[in-house]
Amino acid sequence: MHLTQGTFSYLPPLSDDEIAAQIRYALDRSWAVSIEYTDDPHPRNVYWEMWGLPMFDLKDPAAVLQELNRCRAEHGDCYIRINAYDRSKGRQTTALSFIVNRPLVEPGFRVERTEFADRQVKYTLHAYATDKPAGQRYGPAGS
Amino acid sequence: MMPPSPPGGVRVPFGIPPAQTDAASPADPNGHTVPVASSAGAHPSADHPAKENREVTPEELRAAIDEVLARLDRDLVGLVPVKSRVRDIASLLVVDRLRRAQGLSADPPSLHMSFTGNPGTGKTTVALRMAEILHRLGYSRKGHLVVATRDDLVGQYIGHTAPKTKDVLKRAMGGVLFIDEAYYLYRPENERDYGAEAIEILLQVMEDNRDDLVVILAGYADRMERFFASNPGIKSRIAHHIDFPDYTPDELMQIADLMLEKMMYRFSPAAREAFARYLQRRMRQPHFANARSVRNALDRMRLRQATRLTAQPGTPSREELMMIEAADVLASRVFTTSPTDVEAT
Amino acid sequence: MPLIVDDDLAPERSRWASGVIPYKEMGYWQPDYQPKETDILCAFRITPQEGVEPEEAAAAVAGESSTATWTVVWTDRLTSYEDYQAKAFRVLPVPGTPNQYMAYIAYDLDLFEEGSIANLASSIIGNVFGFKALKALRLEDMRIPPHYAKTFQGPAHGIVMEREILNKFGRPLLGATTKPKLGLSARNYGRVVYEALRGGLDFVKDDENINSQPFMRWRDRFLYCMEAVTKAMAETGEIKGHYMNVTAADMESIYERADFAKQLGSVIIMIDLTVGFSALQSMARWARRNGVLLHLHRAGHATFTRQKTHGVSFRVLAKWCRLIGVDHLHAGTVVGKLEGDPNAIAGYYDTLRLNRVPANPVHGLLFDQDWASLPAVMPVASGGIHAAQMPELLHYLGEDVVLQFGGGTIGHPMGIAAGATANRVAVEAMIQARNEGRDVLREGPEILARAARWCPPLRQAIDLWKDISFNYASTDTPDVVATPSF
Repeated sequence: MHLTQGTFSYLPPLSDDEIAAQIRYALDRSWAVSIEYTDDPHPRNVYWEMWGLPMFDLKDPAAVLQELNRCRAEHGDCYIRINAYDRSKGRQTTALSFIVNRPLVEPGFRVERTEFADRQVKYTLHAYATDKPAGQRYGPAGS
Repeated sequence: MMPPSPPGGVRVPFGIPPAQTDAASPADPNGHTVPVASSAGAHPSADHPAKENREVTPEELRAAIDEVLARLDRDLVGLVPVKSRVRDIASLLVVDRLRRAQGLSADPPSLHMSFTGNPGTGKTTVALRMAEILHRLGYSRKGHLVVATRDDLVGQYIGHTAPKTKDVLKRAMGGVLFIDEAYYLYRPENERDYGAEAIEILLQVMEDNRDDLVVILAGYADRMERFFASNPGIKSRIAHHIDFPDYTPDELMQIADLMLEKMMYRFSPAAREAFARYLQRRMRQPHFANARSVRNALDRMRLRQATRLTAQPGTPSREELMMIEAADVLASRVFTTSPTDVEAT
Repeated sequence: MPLIVDDDLAPERSRWASGVIPYKEMGYWQPDYQPKETDILCAFRITPQEGVEPEEAAAAVAGESSTATWTVVWTDRLTSYEDYQAKAFRVLPVPGTPNQYMAYIAYDLDLFEEGSIANLASSIIGNVFGFKALKALRLEDMRIPPHYAKTFQGPAHGIVMEREILNKFGRPLLGATTKPKLGLSARNYGRVVYEALRGGLDFVKDDENINSQPFMRWRDRFLYCMEAVTKAMAETGEIKGHYMNVTAADMESIYERADFAKQLGSVIIMIDLTVGFSALQSMARWARRNGVLLHLHRAGHATFTRQKTHGVSFRVLAKWCRLIGVDHLHAGTVVGKLEGDPNAIAGYYDTLRLNRVPANPVHGLLFDQDWASLPAVMPVASGGIHAAQMPELLHYLGEDVVLQFGGGTIGHPMGIAAGATANRVAVEAMIQARNEGRDVLREGPEILARAARWCPPLRQAIDLWKDISFNYASTDTPDVVATPSF
């Protein structure tokens, strides 16, 4: 399956230049940019691991790309996303968030149905990836 | 569903990036790194650097540089050797670009610099203009200047220094990092000093990220010399040294006149003569900081003028409000203390 | 009871003499009045009957929408009537339209019950719209002071919280209304929902008149739709939603349906404007208490918002809806099949989304409006829009909006999922290009064409619909000539 979270998941994977262009857009608006990664892509997994703190006061995307490349080197088998955060009053939330790295194989999710009275069904989404312990979920390291 | 990746975005090799229009940022009250945006004059260009994809003519390059140098001339009195060094470097970069356009050059030029000289000799101002020149010529994407000192780079405990240094470096990317009194990074007397860690990271970035930022190290000439002697790695990566001489008494007088004019004050003839004598004495005293000392002296004279005017009866005239009198100058302790006394008032 | 009146106070006596006297002379016309910051201000477009001077008509509106009746009543004197009287303080001719005037009227805060749109509406539009001295009357705009706004709950969640709940940032959300709107069985209906969501939409929506009819009862619909939503979430790893329409005949049934939707795990429910203001406020409270987003369909609004000379403008309704506390409100598309002048719509969107909305007569906004941090309402653009219009939609509506492509998804020749993908690729490609600094409107068609090269569903959508547009003149347009603001 192809995880479609994030602002640009229906486009072909962004090249580094295209990623830099999006970061530039964020920096031009004084948004703080951060990098996060995870091996648990459940749509309600809000808190991906932070790759360092959000980067404030940057002028140029090169610094973010440098960090992204370091994160890729260490967690290339994980989902990695770039977030831009807008601290302005009334917003104070993520303004842009897009995936920039995926595991080679995305095993996807299973719907678990628990049936009970009156034809009602309780649904749970289960990420196949999380069948394995953290750290062994994707790629050769775990298999 | 997903098609193959399209070709990456196109990098434009020779476009003049637009002049920065945002005003200089106010100084950070905490005294930490102050990102100073260079404010260049209006320059016809697109909103977006990538949009400009035509070849730039040598005339345009020269015009851009001349404009920046002209402003440097206006902003700074004297400093003839410094200005000619800046012009040399600018010319070198222009030629490098023209050569590259003809396919004549191999490596991009190394741009890290050292600015040596006593305090108040215009190093930061020249760094600002240098950042702008680099930006205009396409050697710096943003052309902003980040000023840092040891405190901004070096931490207090284990594990603190690397993030601090990296944070400053990241903010400087796309622009110029100006490290004032760079030799304080190196404290050989303390072998557990964290400064060494900062130097190591700095070295790495000066080597690996030459396209991303230019580093300018600044400080007193003699101490910089010793710093370079014990850190040959740094020295070998500095391509340009610029020495900032002290101002002559005449230049300092000119600076004083300029500063007063900007504040809408002026010397009475007697005050001017007194200030010339003040300068001669002050220059022989310790902690003399060139233009900065002139600025401080003028501030104190304005205070004395204000005290004098409020003590006299009636409303002072416009003329009186503008005039610094000899008494305002002569009340300085410079005239009453021996030249060896610490910092004058 | 005889009045004891000092003979020197002649004007006072005439104010209280029995009989009928002009509203103007009863204190409802006060050209020197300085509105207080706590006053609720209204701008009415008035069309007086022949022979009625505009100031008198304005005073009559002020009177009839506050304390007055048709004759003098002595019992007024038992009250601090100066405070309770509404005051018409300005009347300006509407440029270019003879016999139309804009009347500005100030109402004291004490005239209104805290947190009650029903009371606000009964006061301001309760009686006066049938008043014989006027040919027509339209409430154009209102200034709700923070003092009053703060007595309302406001949107149950708001745009920021909605995005955080959905984990979707930086682009318009995409939706579709299930079609055909009537007649599908619950099982077939769920198929449409599933296909549209797995293809890339964020939401699918019941239509306003899908409640619980013989061909599909509400409970069955909810069950099948939830199966569809969950399956689509598993296939994409994204949070998805279906607006379950809980509109019903009485509050008990509305609550029952809403509770069932919540229990099934739906992130959002919907309600129709036809249930009435108080029912809406109840549901806004319910939505906040239960953590479920509340979508409002403005069913029926055009009966009173559309005509320029009579009724209540949609910008006023939009303000009421923000106070009522819905999370979504349909607010026009500019380019689609339903009424909507671009300037007027820009005004509605600002009203719903900004915290401080500056007066902008060109957009029909006659007052500064400070929402005092009441959350923002997500505007919804729906009705006759398709993927090829993405450049215009993004240009006019921005990114905090739900774009709903009903026909534009379900009518796709390659199927519903392909239709959804076409829309999603189009919106992402446009956002990417916009962020790269490109001119959305001018370069949009080329940007879409480039994406269509690798995305066949988008190519088909553009080929099929590129020439479809609904270019009719709008009936409700702002009077572009600037009028004063307060």
